Amino acid sequence: MAVCVYRTSRVVVQGITGKEGRYHALACREYGTKIVAGVTPGKGGMDVEGIPVYNTMEEAVHNAHANVSLIFVPPPFAADAILEAVGSGIKTIVCITEGIPVLDMVKVKRVIEKEGVTLIGPNCPGIITPGAAKIGIMPGHIFKRGSVGIISRSGTLLYETADQITKAGLGQSTCVGIGGDPIVGTDYIYWLERFEADPETEAVMMVGEIGGNAEEKAAEFIQREIKKPVFAFIAGKTAPPGRRMGHAGAIIMGKSGTAEYKYEVLKSAGVNIIENPGYMGETIYNTLKSKYNI
Amino acid sequence: MKLHEYQAKEVLASYGIPVPEGRVAHFPYDAWMVSMELGLPVVIKAQVLTGGRGKAGGVKLAKTSDEARDIAQELFGKKLVTKQTGPQGVKVRKVLVEKVADIDRELYFSIVIDRTTSRPTVIASKRGGMSIEEVAEQYPEDIIKIPIDPAVGFLPYQIRRLKYDLDLVEQGKEAQKIFSALYKAFMDKDCSLLELNPLVVVKNGHLIALDAKMTIDDNALYRKKEISKMRDLTESNPDELEARFAGLNFIKLEGNIGCMVNGAGLAMTTMDVIKLAGGEPANFLDVGGEATPDTISKGFEIITRDPKVKAIFINIFGGIVRCDKVANGIIQALKTVKVKIPVVIRLTGMNKEEGMEILKKAPMKFYIAEDLREAAKMVSELSKKQAATTTKKAEEKTEEKKEK
Repeated sequence: MAVCVYRTSRVVVQGITGKEGRYHALACREYGTKIVAGVTPGKGGMDVEGIPVYNTMEEAVHNAHANVSLIFVPPPFAADAILEAVGSGIKTIVCITEGIPVLDMVKVKRVIEKEGVTLIGPNCPGIITPGAAKIGIMPGHIFKRGSVGIISRSGTLLYETADQITKAGLGQSTCVGIGGDPIVGTDYIYWLERFEADPETEAVMMVGEIGGNAEEKAAEFIQREIKKPVFAFIAGKTAPPGRRMGHAGAIIMGKSGTAEYKYEVLKSAGVNIIENPGYMGETIYNTLKSKYNI
Repeated sequence: MKLHEYQAKEVLASYGIPVPEGRVAHFPYDAWMVSMELGLPVVIKAQVLTGGRGKAGGVKLAKTSDEARDIAQELFGKKLVTKQTGPQGVKVRKVLVEKVADIDRELYFSIVIDRTTSRPTVIASKRGGMSIEEVAEQYPEDIIKIPIDPAVGFLPYQIRRLKYDLDLVEQGKEAQKIFSALYKAFMDKDCSLLELNPLVVVKNGHLIALDAKMTIDDNALYRKKEISKMRDLTESNPDELEARFAGLNFIKLEGNIGCMVNGAGLAMTTMDVIKLAGGEPANFLDVGGEATPDTISKGFEIITRDPKVKAIFINIFGGIVRCDKVANGIIQALKTVKVKIPVVIRLTGMNKEEGMEILKKAPMKFYIAEDLREAAKMVSELSKKQAATTTKKAEEKTEEKKEK
């Protein structure tokens, strides 16, 4: 089964004629994803290696029956691109763009909540169901289909985690990078709920980082609703307070938001804590064997 | 991007929000002049881009113009040390000289983006003048939180509620106008924080923004040209600035292992894993998605500028950027920047094999690690060994000198 994206997903790439959009649209297609259309205003009628390009999302959805959008539009126009996708009836949107103004996202969030749209990102690597569909910029070959679902705020750290899990002899059902910005479309809870309901997923790995309170909120939810084993690592334990570590979200203010505090609440919610990021794959493998008989 | 208090007040004044009369002084004599013009007493406020300024002795009252000059003189020579600046502190380069307000009551008002609700949220309290964190701890019932729906804005009934909750009935229309103008300024200027602490009621009943903090969303600066011009770079770490202009994200730390990583999350993780292996990271450095020879050279240059650094750890997980390109980049960079300390490389992901092949054939020597933990162990040990040899060499040198 897996979660959110499947072999049947039909993807339209917004910003497909740009350097990044083109490169990744083709890389996704090579992986096996159905890339059915591209959209760049003013470039309608062209094609990118056989992928038809339209001027508007409405045309792309109407003509190519796209049901997922992947966005590579530059920051000043990205919020509009997301809203255009929503307006065309798309219900699953992956936005890779980094650097969208926060107040633009405030408005976008308001609309997607009302329309019931799933927005992955922005400022994220995308989502992958190994062997079925890769909708994003991750290197496909490090993933292997299996039983662990991964939710990560960071991109390359998602790769690191997936790679360790693959090398430990396990695999992944679906891996999603929810994005490093202060306002993103989905939180841990959204994905935990879906992984819990997915028969293929046997355990969930949460890759968090300092700042914000998304992990704290997830802990509360896990305690109440999640029966499957959950693992967590929080990046940034050694980061000095008051300094923003790259991601706009990763800044410690006061006690909440620190790695220690996040570990504390996650632990009391029954989550298996992995404090050393060098041992993520191994710990998940061993714990699943010894503690859960999986 | 943070604005200075005087800059934030300029912006607020342009929205009709009352601020105290005052002017910036760059020299002690300026302060003397301004105090004469404004009338005494005046308050002298150090203009630095950090919080906790009052507690660090950066705000002082002057009863005479001579006193104003002397206080300014003292502040200009001073380094303010607050929680946020670290022990090195920040040098005062400007002061704001303001007319003293005749305070009746101090209130708190701010607008932030609440990450939980993804909405701009007004936070207010009758207890102004103290840190809002303290108020939240000691008097949680005195904190008012009003989330704003961006589709309709700060609504009249919400503003009315604020007026009643803050006991501003007497100020009525004036208060409503100010609150509504504050929200407009927040949205217009793409703020991520706008804080008045305190917002005061003066003895004659009027409201004045006695202090103002404004942070602008960096991602929105491209459309806020007039605000971008206000950027004050004098307080930034020069290495961090240089890195930023080169498209790198660099933060200086105290340890002796230089790090170069792609991606912010992995960069933080790399620091963590070094520490767990017994080492101390010297910096946070995210080279971003495009690790080109240029950015890598710049990274080496900035890292090795610190003589404390005894080893370098390059951790790249190829995704957008391919390992073979990174490997070539590292080799090219090392041809231009001479690095005399051990370099540990962990390279994986897209085109890993090709990348490794290139590194093996390289004319210079690296330490190559297979995974995160091996790399962390290796670099921590190498940094210690290197540190020991440097001290030994230094000792030998001093002994040689003695013998001579």
